[in-house]
Amino acid sequence: MDKIRIIEGCVANLRRDNLDTDTIIRIERLSTIERSQLGQYAFEALRYGKDGEADPSFPYNQAMFAHAPILMAGKNFGCGSSREGAVWSLVSLGVRCIIAPSFGEIFHNNCFQNGVLPIILPERTITSIELQTSQGHALTVNLETQQILLPDGNVIGFEIDARRRDALLEGRDDIEQTLTQDAEIYAWQAQDRQARPWVWLHTKHNQ
Amino acid sequence: MKARTLLDKLWDSHVIQQYENGWALLHIDRQLLHDLSGTASLNALSARGLSVHNPELVYATPDHAVSSAPGRDAFTYETGGRLWERLHNLTRQENIRFFDIGQQGHGIVHVMAPELGLVLPGLTVICGDSHTCTNGALGALAFGVGSSELAHALATQTLKQRKPKSMRIRFEGALSADVTAKDLILYTIGRLGASAGTGYAVEYTGPVIRQLSMEQRMTLCNLSIEFGAKMGFIAPDQTTFDYIKGRRYAPRGDIWDQACEAWLTLNSDGDAQFDSEVVINASDVGQMITWGISPEQVICVDQNIPDVDASLDDSVRTARQAAAEYMGLTPGTPLAGTPVDRVFIGSCTNARLSDLVEAAQVVQGQHVAGHVDAWIVPGSEEVKQEAQALGLDVVFKSAGFEWREPGCSMCVAANGEIGRSGERIVSTTNRNFVGRQGPGVRTHLASPRVAAACALAGVITGTIGG
Repeated sequence: MDKIRIIEGCVANLRRDNLDTDTIIRIERLSTIERSQLGQYAFEALRYGKDGEADPSFPYNQAMFAHAPILMAGKNFGCGSSREGAVWSLVSLGVRCIIAPSFGEIFHNNCFQNGVLPIILPERTITSIELQTSQGHALTVNLETQQILLPDGNVIGFEIDARRRDALLEGRDDIEQTLTQDAEIYAWQAQDRQARPWVWLHTKHNQ
Repeated sequence: MKARTLLDKLWDSHVIQQYENGWALLHIDRQLLHDLSGTASLNALSARGLSVHNPELVYATPDHAVSSAPGRDAFTYETGGRLWERLHNLTRQENIRFFDIGQQGHGIVHVMAPELGLVLPGLTVICGDSHTCTNGALGALAFGVGSSELAHALATQTLKQRKPKSMRIRFEGALSADVTAKDLILYTIGRLGASAGTGYAVEYTGPVIRQLSMEQRMTLCNLSIEFGAKMGFIAPDQTTFDYIKGRRYAPRGDIWDQACEAWLTLNSDGDAQFDSEVVINASDVGQMITWGISPEQVICVDQNIPDVDASLDDSVRTARQAAAEYMGLTPGTPLAGTPVDRVFIGSCTNARLSDLVEAAQVVQGQHVAGHVDAWIVPGSEEVKQEAQALGLDVVFKSAGFEWREPGCSMCVAANGEIGRSGERIVSTTNRNFVGRQGPGVRTHLASPRVAAACALAGVITGTIGG
């Protein structure tokens, strides 16, 4: 996974509440399109008209914001389905950081699995960022210092869980790390087989 | 000892290692795999040269992308067939049980898993599917994850998770006749909003819960994620034990007795403190139906679509306007009487035997309106066969419904079964999002009873009153 430290660039504004992962990426696209190509299908219901024509009012259809690495969203962004393809489609679109008042929880988890930084800020702070960035001025998000540098030179701090932050900074893969604890996992399982035998009634299939 | 919530008991009993800030390495007792996320996760493991840690705790079934057409096979929907093939081959390679289409045990993952006795009280259960919360109805800590977290669990039989906050929703009073768990949870989501549960694990309690059947409890828990709660559960009781006993993979004999004894301790202590408490009076709930594009946009069938006026908060007004526009509806006017093009009765929310029985009671001896396409998609092979044994297939077919094969079908529309743009569908499913049932399709969520009534009338209607 790519490490994240500083994300700098313009801000696409999609401040609409409860924008769900079905709207971010249609499920059918996930069974037919390569992960790296999903960007062109992100938000397709909002981005294209009935005949497939690009809606000029949609930020990712505008030259200035077509590659915006920072997405500013509404409340409960990424609610609904657990499909990780929602994050993959945003990564493919070039998004590395999403700022919203709140996130769907599974989507929020999936961001961290894919090197995307989700930042929670109050509505009024987001509105002040919007006022400064709507003409394409860039933000600089520093994960290490947990600060956002605004176009006017002011700095806003943000909170992030320390474990999450460190994993993004290091580009850490949890699987490798957990596998180093395999002895503990087996020991826990051995005592659990005694304590809760009903969990362990099945053997491997075909064995 | 400090009084503990059910969440505390479920959580603490699975901690292998405790980290800072509420993070823990949790043991996972069951993984359920389906043809989209399950296939993706197994592919990810195999690409890294890793194998499955405990294949005996993993169970797979193809539900999302298989056709529901009568007489279907795995390749009736070709794209789905390729996913089916990979799931079939990878599970065989890893010695994972695979419940194939047409076989006993096949079905929508959250219908077949409880039905087979795979989900038990006190277990941690995950699936790459947000409606895994359904399984909380049995007193399990069950939640949806993305395919990366699922791959982590397959490789290690654990997950790193941060403990959620606790919320208790207590349902007082009693449900009126013809009002179901679906109506109750839609009403609750309407009251609380689509993100009220974010960051919480929800325990549903109160006299109303104790009266609900296991299948109704599953319907209720299924919609936890629709107000943001990754997990929602109910303390197990005699209803739970009666449901599980004798199922194919359920414990038997001495181990059954030992398990029941342990399961009786799975409840919140009387003086346990919750981070959030909600009380809902179930007697206030009528037959509910969504009018908009979020499950929180829900009304009683006989109410008007909410008005959009200047007194509203900006974001609420904008959301309502966008929803009314997408849905082709006028704020402030009645929803009842709006013509319907399709009715879909199915999904992990409402495709169990009791759901089909309820719908059949409404339909019995009548006929679907001429302009309506109406489908019944049973939740599993077992539901299908039991319904057929009761003659429900005949009731539905003679009323003009299509009686189809089990799977997710039009709930998630991943198998090519989608509505046409502009069509209005009354659906017993869980999401009314923009384009969920196909680009431009307008979805109204309701109970099987209400959906059946709409199919007959050809317009939005309920079964209570005029």
